[in-house]
Parts: sequence; C-alpha cells; structure tokens
Amino acid sequence: MARLDVQIGGLTLRNPVTTASGTFGYGTEYLDFVDLGRLGGVFVKGTTLEPRQGNDYPRMAETASGMLNAVGLQNPGVDYFVEHLYPVIKEYDTHMMVNVSGSTIEGYVACAERLADLDKMPAIELNISCPNVKEGGMAFGTSVKSAAEVTRAVRKVFPKTMIVKLSPNVTNIAEIAKAVEGEGADAVSLVNTFLGMAVDAERRQPLLSTVTGGLSGPCIKPIALRMVWEVFHAVNIPIIGIGGICNWQDAIEFILVGATAVQVGTYNFIDPTATVKIVEGINDYLDRHGFKSVSDLVGLIRK
Amino acid sequence: MQVTDFIIRSNEALNDRNRLIKVTPADHRHLPPMQPGQFVQVLVDRSPGTFLRRPISINFVDREKNELWLLVQEVGDGTREICSRQPGEVVNLIYPLGNSFTLPEGKSDHFLLVGGGVGTAPLLFLGKELHARGFQVDFLLGGRSATDILQRADFEQYGTLYCTTEDGSLGEKGFVIHHSLWQEKRYDFIYTCGSRPMMVAVARLARERGVPCEASLENLMACGFGACLCCVEKTTRGNLNTCTEGPVFNTDMLSWLD
Repeated sequence: MARLDVQIGGLTLRNPVTTASGTFGYGTEYLDFVDLGRLGGVFVKGTTLEPRQGNDYPRMAETASGMLNAVGLQNPGVDYFVEHLYPVIKEYDTHMMVNVSGSTIEGYVACAERLADLDKMPAIELNISCPNVKEGGMAFGTSVKSAAEVTRAVRKVFPKTMIVKLSPNVTNIAEIAKAVEGEGADAVSLVNTFLGMAVDAERRQPLLSTVTGGLSGPCIKPIALRMVWEVFHAVNIPIIGIGGICNWQDAIEFILVGATAVQVGTYNFIDPTATVKIVEGINDYLDRHGFKSVSDLVGLIRK
Repeated sequence: MQVTDFIIRSNEALNDRNRLIKVTPADHRHLPPMQPGQFVQVLVDRSPGTFLRRPISINFVDREKNELWLLVQEVGDGTREICSRQPGEVVNLIYPLGNSFTLPEGKSDHFLLVGGGVGTAPLLFLGKELHARGFQVDFLLGGRSATDILQRADFEQYGTLYCTTEDGSLGEKGFVIHHSLWQEKRYDFIYTCGSRPMMVAVARLARERGVPCEASLENLMACGFGACLCCVEKTTRGNLNTCTEGPVFNTDMLSWLD
C-alpha cells in the first residue's frame, strides 16, 4: 500500500482528498454518508465576521454538466461558528478548516483572528474569490495588488497554515498566485467558481435572482486543470486543485498537473459518498502503477 | 439518510405526463421508517443534459410489499429519463429526506388535504397515516381535467374525495379554492401541496378561517440534505433550507400573505 499522506504548509493531511467549501456544510450534513476519518480534511462553509442571509431565491440553476449558484455566503457569522459549531466539529476525526470570507480587509482580519485562537483549527482558506457578494469577495482576488494586501494583512494575525483560494475570473492566475506566495501564503487552492449566467428563454428572465452566479461541476474541469498547471509552473508552494472532480481519475489528473491535494465540491451533491470512493481509487491507482507515494505523482506531466 | 440502489418493480402511466413507479431496495432490506411529506433524491445518470438528482416526494410506502411509490411528472429531460426506466432496472436514491407533515395527537380532528396536479403525491401517504390514526380525512384535489386527478381509487380508501376541474369533467368546475366545501365544512387542520399560487390561495383561506395550515414546498434544490443552501425559503426565522427545515412549513412562517 502506497503512502497517501501529503504536506500542505505545516499541515499533514492523511490523504490528498478534501472537500470544497460551500459543498460540504460543516461536515455534519454528511455524517450519514461518509466516515470523515477517511478524508484528508474538510473545508467548511465560507464564514464571515458578521452573519449573512445570502441572496434571494432562486439561487441555483442547473447547466450542462454543472450548476450555477448564487448563495452569497449565507452563514451564521464567526462568533456563532466559534460558540456553537466549532465545539461539535472539533471532535471530528479529520482536519476541519474554515473558509474565511469578507467584504473588507478588516473583516477578513477580524474573522481570521477569532479562528487563530482555536486549538483544533490547523488552517484557514482565505476566500478572495467568491463571485456572489456585492462587495469584496472576488474583487480581492482579481487584482495582484488587492490579493497581496489581504493576504499580507491576514498573515500578520494567523500564524498557522494559510491557504489562499484563487478566482479563475482573471486574465493571469499565475500572477495572482505569485503575489500571494510573496505575502506568505502557505498554499493556494484553485479554482473557485467561474462567473456565469443562465436565462429562461420562455419567460425572458435570468434564472438567478442575482442574474450572474458561480459555475461549478465537471464542465469547468478542463479550465481548472489548465490553471493548476499554470500556477504549478509559477510558484513553489503547494496547490490544492479544485474544479469538477467527480472520481479518482479526475483527482489523479489534478495531481499530475501539479496539485498536492484536491477538493471535491459540487459532485458531493450527486454522490455524497464520492470522497471516500476517490480515496480508494487513488490508492488502487498508486498500487497498480507501482508508486510508493501519492506525492511522487505531483506535477509529473511535463511539456 | 442513506444512498441506496432500488429495483423498479413497476412503472405505470397514470396519464400522458405522470407515471407511478414502484421500487424496492435492491439488497432486499426492509425500508427504514419514513414520514409523509418526506422525499427522495433520484439519480439521473442516463441523461447527458442532466447533472443534478431530481427531488421526488414519497407518494406511498407499502410495508407488506416493501415498496416505495414515486409519482413522477415528466417535466424535462431529467424526469423523462426517470420515467423511461423499465421494471427490473436499478434506480439510485438518497432517502428519506426532509421533515414531515405534523401528525396531531387528538382524536376528533377533521383534516382537509388540498392538492393540485402532481402535488397530490405526498397527500396519499399523509391521508393513509391520518386515517390509520382514526382521523376523519377529506381530500380536495384539483386539475385541468378529469385525467389530471390521479390515484382516485387510492385516495378513496383513506377518506372522502372531492374534486375540481377547470373544464368541469370531474367534480365541481373551477379551482380548488372555489369548491363548495369551503362554505359547508369546518376543519381543524389543512395541508396543501401543489403549485405555489394554489398553495398561497389555500393558505389565505385557512388564515381567514383561523385554521392552521401546512404547505409542502417544491423549491429548486441541488443536494437535498442541507449542504448547498440553494433551496432556501424566506421565513419568519430567516432563510431556511426547504430540504432540511422543510419541505413542509406552517404557512404562518412564510412571507406569502404579508
């Protein structure tokens, strides 16, 4: 049996399979389906300093091989998380990590500071790429300057592993990745959702209350792979690959182009047991091809 | 909640758009406890244009035959694919999902169950459970035409059936909210499932009469088990998931009549 453990900054994951924020709740929603002890880690729902009700319904539109969402970071706020959710999820047998979102740098910093105090919070994922909030969110992740600023500010208050989640809605994702690496990010995760739109031809109306939303699912996988590949050749920090992963083949593909770990997102909705199947599939693949460790696969694809 | 393969036992056309599909667990295990109002998420894996599962309410649970009944209306590619499945084929379900209609404790209560179109589906299971508890049940079902009023013989086993049709081909002509029983009878509890305009109108009648009312919502959803936060409904307690806090809500909690 090959080694599955991987290193993300100072953090060791027991295997490279984690879950994408916003698709796995707080892990609790999946306890009937998944032994969380089989996962490398869980990235819980995007959390902000203040509670958020999110956007109006309808917030979702199905697309060919994917879906658009416009949830808009609905969450009970970091204080509620610390008081009511953390005491429950800290008992889960995997790394539970929070996706930190915000609309101002001060908001990101205050939220990260609250989480830094928690013993069993080994890492945060800094979400500078949510396309569904009016202010902040993706705006931070679409310019080198603002991505660097927010990363620098949060780095000062969060000494543990800091992963920065990148937006694909940019002309050069490698530049943004280099900028956050330069400000002390321990890793980058990519990609968040693509800004998209869906229209009801009969009613001549948009299908989402917000008109535009974030596209996810297998339809984005080829673009996500290309972006992981580009970032892999631009930075020296580990990459967590995200984008339409449904099975172990998808996960292996992301690892081969440069991801050290992966996040499974939208497909959890279709098969809530997908993550565990992917762990098993990666293990079988390594044995079948005679690899000693999953780390040996990272970035094996060459030009 | 569990993810389970089922075998299709039968697939019967009830009219040109609706099919009754009876399924049983492929591993022959007994069906778990289920409540009226709950639903399943059906995997649609043979339609290239369909990505998400389709939420379908539990129409009936036949404990003797260990069968779950799903009443499926062909709306688009996803439901068409489900309806095309033949006896003996496998269908994968996540179930049971959601909360349930309130089953009161009293004995003398008189219940009205109002449904429209395929929204009548969960009312059969609900009617059976109310009837089994000794309650008096009236069903009021509406459709465009007689062929839209599904499973009439099944409903009649558990209560008195009243109908309205828009063309007058069965029962009283018009919509469910215009039926004469609203003038003639008094109820202790009203349950409704169907199109949103119909449920809003029923909720209004219930409020005018001071009768508690529960409605089963059919908001668009992705996961069905509380993870995606896509199916939210505005309530007096803020945005709530239709899949986990619902699909059944007391209509006083909703913003419909404000």
